[in-house]
Amino acid sequence: MKIGVAFQSALEALISNPLRSFLTMLGIMIGVASVMAMMAISEGAAKQVDAQIAQLGASNLTIFPGASRGGPRSGGGASDQPFTESDVDQIKQEPFVTAVAARISGSVMVVSGEDNWSTSLQGTNTDYFVTQSLSTSEGRLFDTREASSGAAVAVIGKTVADALFEGTNPVGQTIRVNNVPVEVIGVLVTRGQSSGPGGDRDDIVIVPISTARNRILGGNATVARYVGSMEVGIADGYDMTTAQEQLETRMREIRRIAPGGTDDFRVFNIADFIRARSSTQATFGVLLAFTAAVSLIVGGVGVMNIMLVSVTERTREIGLRMAIGARGIDILGQFLAEALALCLLGGLIGSALGVGAAKFAAKVGEFPVEISPRIAIIAIGASALIGLFFGFFPARQAARLNPIEALRHE
Amino acid sequence: MAAEATPLISCRDLTKVYRMGTQDVYALRGVNVDFVQGEMTAIMGPSGSGKSTLMNLIGALDVPTSGELLIKGRPLSRLSRDELADLRNETIGFVFQQFNLLNRATALANVKLPLMYARTPVADPMARARECLEMVGLGARMDHRPMQLSGGQQQRVAIARALAGRPSILLADEPTGALDTKTSEEIMDLLTGLSSEGITVVLVTHEPEVAAYATRQIHFRDGQIERDERRAS
Repeated sequence: MKIGVAFQSALEALISNPLRSFLTMLGIMIGVASVMAMMAISEGAAKQVDAQIAQLGASNLTIFPGASRGGPRSGGGASDQPFTESDVDQIKQEPFVTAVAARISGSVMVVSGEDNWSTSLQGTNTDYFVTQSLSTSEGRLFDTREASSGAAVAVIGKTVADALFEGTNPVGQTIRVNNVPVEVIGVLVTRGQSSGPGGDRDDIVIVPISTARNRILGGNATVARYVGSMEVGIADGYDMTTAQEQLETRMREIRRIAPGGTDDFRVFNIADFIRARSSTQATFGVLLAFTAAVSLIVGGVGVMNIMLVSVTERTREIGLRMAIGARGIDILGQFLAEALALCLLGGLIGSALGVGAAKFAAKVGEFPVEISPRIAIIAIGASALIGLFFGFFPARQAARLNPIEALRHE
Repeated sequence: MAAEATPLISCRDLTKVYRMGTQDVYALRGVNVDFVQGEMTAIMGPSGSGKSTLMNLIGALDVPTSGELLIKGRPLSRLSRDELADLRNETIGFVFQQFNLLNRATALANVKLPLMYARTPVADPMARARECLEMVGLGARMDHRPMQLSGGQQQRVAIARALAGRPSILLADEPTGALDTKTSEEIMDLLTGLSSEGITVVLVTHEPEVAAYATRQIHFRDGQIERDERRAS
């Protein structure tokens, strides 16, 4: 018997008892729906993490002063030896380093005419534009000459521009940053909200590091040419772990730390940090998907149960089919097709329900979901496999019936 | 004698033993009988005499404990389960007392069913099924389901199904057992007509009026042939 005919006969059998078919499918539907929803939520979380990493620069390492005590810190303690421009220059010599952004940051009040705005200030060099992939929507970025001479120029984020200039072009205007007048030379292309640390990424004023150090934020009492932290861009394709180790070795040399001595700096991989923070989340998601998969298997057991009942009920039909020439394989195929059709249909409806549930959860719970066709294919494929697996035993039972006994069955 | 050189069905010393608990029950005890093409035979006898067992063996639904059964000269003991299924599909048509139609399928779909299992695909199963339903006089009721048909009509559908694969043997087990007298006569006329067209008909019955349609009557008792009579035609 041809496969198409087997499926047609399977569908006829399923339609002839719609309530039972629906109830049997229900287990598979719920199983597939929950697998889909859980996978969508967990993939959504993973995608969000990837987006955060990409935003913060996936190929950047940041060096902070101070011994490692967990999370990133913008400055070292009083006893820690601060970084200087000399450290920046030496790190930049490393062959795998593409850029070193020297950074000093702080909170500032910016004023233009009668408008004022509290924002964060980043004093840095032109390498920062490289590590953060920055460009302007209006005006320009400052150049290396301006950076080293400590020119009174600033590049501002869109949020700051809107707060101070409300639609008029800020380029060429003078703003006062903590009472120091600087000229706005450019507005950054908007980068939007960061879902990670930092919040609004357009709420920023960027000035040359020497300007920030000498005029706005003030330097450090113990060292000249003070640098708060360094953001190091690593060459494409270079292994980040190796880069981190090499930077640590180099920093120990520069800062003359004896072997066995405690590091007074910390090389930090922001991507690792975010991944570590999200790994518990991911584990949880996998656990949920696993639980959902168990319910799918329970649904499969339900299918097997009903198929066994169906084989018993239709023993005479099986006997008749054998009498008119059905081979064992024909009977096997027929019942396997029924189990498969049940599970596939349940899988399809379940996927639709799962997508619906995920979208509903995304709307109500306000977290990202990612519905990829890959998950749908896996979920529907899994339900088909379950149909074949749990349908096989009842189908074989049917195929092995003795025609005479089957025909005599009441 | 030359015309009967190869009988269509040939039973050689057929014996069938069932085990009932610790006892062996002999359903058939060394039966020897031949059936030739176009013959219409009625097998009679009290219940338990072995007539249904013989039917099942000829229909390749069951295998004998000993002895040999040849259909068109082929010994069935050498055939596998699948080959027996193919033989039933191609050579044998069954008609049962309880019709055994699929209630959820139309008359047409029921008649088409054996063609779906054919190893050599039938060119146009739908056309063949229609042809067979017309042959039994149900051309106007092809899309009816069994529950919408009378007993006699259901049995005609069953006969059409048996004919669909162009069998050389038609086996009917109490074909009129569930029908009234008038309908029984119609069904028997139909079977007689098929026999005259060259199909070998073997029917099991305990009604002498039904058996009277046959050209040959075999009486069974205790698993053996008691009487084998041919009617002069």
